[in-house]
Amino acid sequence: MGIYLPIAEISVNVFVLLAMGAAVGFLSGMFGVGGGFLITPLLIFYNIPPAIAVATGANQVIASSFSGALSHFKRGTLDFKLGGVLLAGGIVGSTAGIFVFALLRRLGQLDLFISLLYVVLLGTVGGLMLVESVNALRASRSGAAPVLKKSGQHNWIHRLPFKMRFRASKLFVSVIPVLGLGAGIGFLSSIMGVGGGFIMVPALIYLLKVPTNVVIGTSLFQIIFTSAYTTLVHATTNQTVDVILAFLLMAGGVAGAQYGAKAGQRLRGEQLRALLAMLVLAVAIRLAVDLFVTPPNLYSLSAAGLN
Amino acid sequence: MVGLRAFAAAASLSMLFVLSPATAQTPPAESIQIGLSTDAVSITAGFSGADLTIFGSLENPDPLVARQGRYDVIVVLEGPPRPVVVRRKDRVLGVWVNLDSETFENVPVSYSVATTRPLQDIAEPAKYKQLSLGAQNLYMKPADETDSPATIEEFTAALRDRKAATGLYSENVGGVQFLSQNLFRATVRLAPNVPVGTHKARAFLFKSGMFVKESSAQLEIRKSGFEQSVFRVAHDYSFLYGVFAISLAMLTGWLGRLIFRKD
Repeated sequence: MGIYLPIAEISVNVFVLLAMGAAVGFLSGMFGVGGGFLITPLLIFYNIPPAIAVATGANQVIASSFSGALSHFKRGTLDFKLGGVLLAGGIVGSTAGIFVFALLRRLGQLDLFISLLYVVLLGTVGGLMLVESVNALRASRSGAAPVLKKSGQHNWIHRLPFKMRFRASKLFVSVIPVLGLGAGIGFLSSIMGVGGGFIMVPALIYLLKVPTNVVIGTSLFQIIFTSAYTTLVHATTNQTVDVILAFLLMAGGVAGAQYGAKAGQRLRGEQLRALLAMLVLAVAIRLAVDLFVTPPNLYSLSAAGLN
Repeated sequence: MVGLRAFAAAASLSMLFVLSPATAQTPPAESIQIGLSTDAVSITAGFSGADLTIFGSLENPDPLVARQGRYDVIVVLEGPPRPVVVRRKDRVLGVWVNLDSETFENVPVSYSVATTRPLQDIAEPAKYKQLSLGAQNLYMKPADETDSPATIEEFTAALRDRKAATGLYSENVGGVQFLSQNLFRATVRLAPNVPVGTHKARAFLFKSGMFVKESSAQLEIRKSGFEQSVFRVAHDYSFLYGVFAISLAMLTGWLGRLIFRKD
């Protein structure tokens, strides 16, 4: 069944989009990530213009992170104060991202920049996760107890000034890295159409030493607002948010997410992380191949005088 | 047929009557008219391209020329003109990057042609260039005319090629058929991604390879009710549209949890 997308201005198949949403939703429920990093490249592979894929991806992320944050709120694994500070940084980063986005679009380098960012970030995060999870799998197989970082361990981040206390996270840390992390994620959110959970979660755990149980809820909480802000700014400055497209993806996504979460409970943590790492790497490799392989057509057209 | 011819004879008689004696010897000039059955086409949710039929008539055709099939008609449906940037990818450190570009002013977004015969059989190429007629002859004005002619030519060719590849520039040879000596029907293709806006239908009449007359009509292509509303709201009330998109996402997320909850 075809449907004409009013903003993307092309006809697409409803079932392909629902299935795409459901598949990504399943994976995001299973791994506890927003899924924006999968949706945006998939939409681009499906010939949705990158600018629209990014803005609509951000819109879709709201649905899955809102759904996830609700569960964490009910369980009490959500640090509102930490989320709020991350969010303050996020708004600044997101605003900067929107300007860079419009500039790159005018220069004709947006597609390249999006692809490069995806390849570098997904490649790095995927690679690190794979190494870490394979080590953990090996360690558990050989029977050794997993080496846990002590929460008292301090690094350079903990020597920065302007300290603030975050009670729910049992954390006393400078606001500078928190704001910086928020800003970085906000920037990525507006340029890549991702929530940034796949960077936020490891950064909170390894850099700020936030207890793992509050990390996902807090990350989801801040992602709701960062992607809502991104959606709003894309809608007003670039008019690139397609609600029909976003709704189809969300509808498939929220259904898939609940089944994915169920499936995720049957797998062990390090197995899950190894699978997620392979998935992230696969997307990175697919995008990298496109950068290096001679394109079927060297010329491209775009409307002049955009913004 | 006899009736028609009698009518044509009567018409030419009356023309002779009003013309001054100096020009009385020359037969009345042929002209062409086209009519659209509708002045607006709506793109609905299931739109996947369409054929648009345009009817037209020749006025005062020479019966002899018509019988020998020496009248040719070219019908063009031209989309709204917009500036376009053509970019070329080149390899930088192994990665394909958009490097050179050329901006063209007022390039018709779409350009569908229907003809009675292949273009090269109708008139001389120079004629088409002069009329800026046909996708290959359409004049594309570069924004920066100081660029080298070779570069401009290369990017112009690429622009035509890309437009043809996406179906926005199309040619339908034999798409114009004479139904009688006076009446013809033209079928032009609307691509699935046909742009919305004011399109211009133009009909060109050729007689034995010579351009005679041109006629035009306007056609509005727009999105149908719902799609149009969404598009308009997104552009005119973009802030509210953004707020709506966010609310819809939150509502979907919340409902999804209620309906599909597994924990």
